[in-house]
Amino acid sequence: MIELSNIKKAFNQNQPNEYWALHGIDLTVEAGKVTAFRGPSGSGKTTLLTIVGCLSRPTSGRVRFKGEDISGLPERFLTDIRRQSFGFVFQQFNLIKGLSALENVILPAFPTGRPRAELVAAAGELFDQLKLGHRSAAKVEWLSGGEQQRVAIARALINNPEVIIADEPTANLDTALSKEFMAILEGFTAAGKTVLLTSHDPLVVESSAVHRVVGMRDGRLVDG
Amino acid sequence: MRIWLEKQRHLIDFTLASLARRKTKNIGLLLAYTLLVFVLASLTLFTHALRTEATFVLAGSPEVILQRMVAGRHDLIPPGYLDKIGRIRGVQKKEGRLWGYYYDPVLNANYTFMARPADEVADGHIMVGNALARERGLDKHNTISFRSYSGKLFTFEVSAVLSPDSELLSADLVLLSENDFRSFFEYPAGHYTDIALSVANPQEVRTVAAKLSSALPDSRPILREEVLRTYQSVFDWREGIILTVLAGAILAFAILAWEKASGLSAEEKREIGILKAIGWETGDVIRMKTWEGLLISLTAFLLGFIAAYVHVFHFGAAVFEPVLKGWSVLYPKFTLVPAVDGLQIATLFFFTVFPYTAAVLVPIWRAAITDPDAVMR
Amino acid sequence: MLFQPAIIALLMAAGVAVLMLLAAAPFAVQVIRHWDINSGSERQLALERRTYLFSTLLSFVMLAQLAALLLFVFNADRLSVMFVGAMCAVGTLNVNGYGFPSLLTQIAVFFLAAMWLAINHVDTQARDYPLVRIKYGLLLLLLPVLVSSFWLEFQYFSALKANVITSCCGSMFSEESKTIAAEASGLEPLPAIWLFYGAMAAAIGVALWHWRRGGRVSGYLLALTSAGGFVAAITGVLSFISLYIYEHPHHHCPFCILKPEYDYQGYWLYIPLFVATAAGLGAGAMQPFARVPSLARIIPAISSRFSGLTAAGYILFTALATWFVLTSNLILIEH
Repeated sequence: MIELSNIKKAFNQNQPNEYWALHGIDLTVEAGKVTAFRGPSGSGKTTLLTIVGCLSRPTSGRVRFKGEDISGLPERFLTDIRRQSFGFVFQQFNLIKGLSALENVILPAFPTGRPRAELVAAAGELFDQLKLGHRSAAKVEWLSGGEQQRVAIARALINNPEVIIADEPTANLDTALSKEFMAILEGFTAAGKTVLLTSHDPLVVESSAVHRVVGMRDGRLVDG
Repeated sequence: MRIWLEKQRHLIDFTLASLARRKTKNIGLLLAYTLLVFVLASLTLFTHALRTEATFVLAGSPEVILQRMVAGRHDLIPPGYLDKIGRIRGVQKKEGRLWGYYYDPVLNANYTFMARPADEVADGHIMVGNALARERGLDKHNTISFRSYSGKLFTFEVSAVLSPDSELLSADLVLLSENDFRSFFEYPAGHYTDIALSVANPQEVRTVAAKLSSALPDSRPILREEVLRTYQSVFDWREGIILTVLAGAILAFAILAWEKASGLSAEEKREIGILKAIGWETGDVIRMKTWEGLLISLTAFLLGFIAAYVHVFHFGAAVFEPVLKGWSVLYPKFTLVPAVDGLQIATLFFFTVFPYTAAVLVPIWRAAITDPDAVMR
Repeated sequence: MLFQPAIIALLMAAGVAVLMLLAAAPFAVQVIRHWDINSGSERQLALERRTYLFSTLLSFVMLAQLAALLLFVFNADRLSVMFVGAMCAVGTLNVNGYGFPSLLTQIAVFFLAAMWLAINHVDTQARDYPLVRIKYGLLLLLLPVLVSSFWLEFQYFSALKANVITSCCGSMFSEESKTIAAEASGLEPLPAIWLFYGAMAAAIGVALWHWRRGGRVSGYLLALTSAGGFVAAITGVLSFISLYIYEHPHHHCPFCILKPEYDYQGYWLYIPLFVATAAGLGAGAMQPFARVPSLARIIPAISSRFSGLTAAGYILFTALATWFVLTSNLILIEH
């Protein structure tokens, strides 16, 4: 589904503090599976995730998504692909304060121009699935950590993407909530979605819900 | 098209919510913006109202006024002058006018005395302007005495107070009969102050004037259209000068807008980063921010303009009166006839919304190009 | 006569537009020199992001130009009292030789900006941005037009001297001041009617043809008939449409129809006309690039949509003009 070949990524190019986060990554991600990237912080796993998720472009190397080369695409088109095909769950949840849970969830669909009524109905369904129905009108800052994460998950799903990308999803959760998250994850696989996540939480990488673990260190792949 | 509309609706929804969340920051800008619109709108509404008033007043005055010149100074029209003009094609009516100024030590003000035909004002009676009547506490059937320049005391009965509709020009006016006028000022018999001619066809006015100056080389014809033009030009010029003086304020406002737009709080930056990460395109963010600017502009414009309207037409433009009016001690106190026109609103729009938009354009773009992966770093 | 509110506003708007584009020009040069779509370098990313600034800037310039055009005409109309012999905007614009050239360049700036935006629009639909260099080259070409528009406007306004009473005398007429051509002149009504309906039929026909079939030839033709249609439409307004609206056989004025006295009928005519012409010219402007591989499918789709707009605009314009003529009480041509 996603093929990476010789991906390199530099920050602050041509400046004294130039820094290469990735040094040539070759990787193929299978559709319908859960792949976890494991490695210490600074190993480049988040950078790799941003490239896979069309959030940024590699400095060199090729990214193929469903057979199409997307590595040289301008931001405008990457955004289109990202909006249609990828859903994101961030470590800090990154919900917009002051808006209700419902408003946060339907935000990614605004640029698509889908009618509001349709969006609200879709969000309602997701809330029911995630057992959040009663909290949809609440401002996000009033929600508990677990609830916030479920709002973030609902937001990731609103455009019905094929791939879910989660960056350290359990970093801010206790054991019970982390287990709950893993259960939701299994639901994704059952629905045929591809999941990519980064984590160094053993609860996640050793879970049976994860099909493949890819190890990373210093911007290179190492054996999981 | 439908999708596009729906999308704009979403963007406006989001913008409104986001403005509401940052009330304090936006209220400061909105206030400054509204104040600017208020000041500029008051200024233009006021000058426009004065222009309208002047046009209105002049509409009733004769098309051509003929003055006699002696040594480059305005002099009396000698007897027989009227007949010398003879018949000129296009002139409907010609009449000698009598008017002059009278200094009233009671009010330290100059009045304009003007003679009217006997069928309008009877001997021993006067009609007075509204401001004068107010200041001297006059009403119909009251009597008032003026000491003439020769020292004689004349007493008149007020037969009417002039309608306040055109107070700008009639404020200090005193109308009296021709006989009274001549005896009050000891005006030589047969002489007139000037000659008024009415010309029906506006296209003939200039021909008539040319004939007059060739028939009477020692005279100067003054055309109504020229007086009107001069008034307009003077008002425009004053307005323009004040606007130029206010350019500093506009610039300061533009800088404020620039600063507000570029000084995004960490919270706002994060929000834009989130929006971009979850699938908003740079163009979407620019559009959202444009809506924000538009909403702020329209609100400020509406508020400022309404406030200015109330200020000018209900409170008589208290702030600008001394600058733009004032050629006489007797201030005409008049409620201006509300007059608003498209050109003014368009000009005002250019003076306020245009600088604002130009100032926030680059900051908006800067905010919109936030890296979409910033939130994951 | 620069101290006039609307004049200050107009000069400020034109000046700001010029300054903004001038400030942006070096960046356009950078885009031309360093653009490399295949590179993932940070410089390329920065350049890509800069393109958003330019399209926003140009949209702003185009909208501001449209508003300024209206203000310019309004103001000319208002100022006509100031000049001997000027009855309306036409007279004011004729006061000196810069008036009409200034108006025409402003119209040109509007249409050129519209054409640039049309090219920009198709380019941003293609995944490889194939026209970036051409686009920014064109942008740099637009700059001198904008500068000359500003210069003409400045010359025009600074040479305006109101015929105000001077201290010496009020007798301007005695010196036989040069008379302003107070009225625009038009063609004789009958040939004008033929020209008008002929050009409109051609513009609408070509627009419909391009809308249905696409193709480069009809695309170029569309630009041509749109430009011709615009000229013919203005000639038509001058020569007979305005006469019918004013119900006066000699008042040839393209501006007075914008006034409230005539129920703002001019807006109903000019808005469809300007939109239609801008869309037609835009569709034509993108034709030279129709063979670029990544645009081969995009351009026909978009230009046919544009030509739909052109056809609709001209149909509306012609229908309204015809209606104004038919409902008028003026009889210009005896049957």
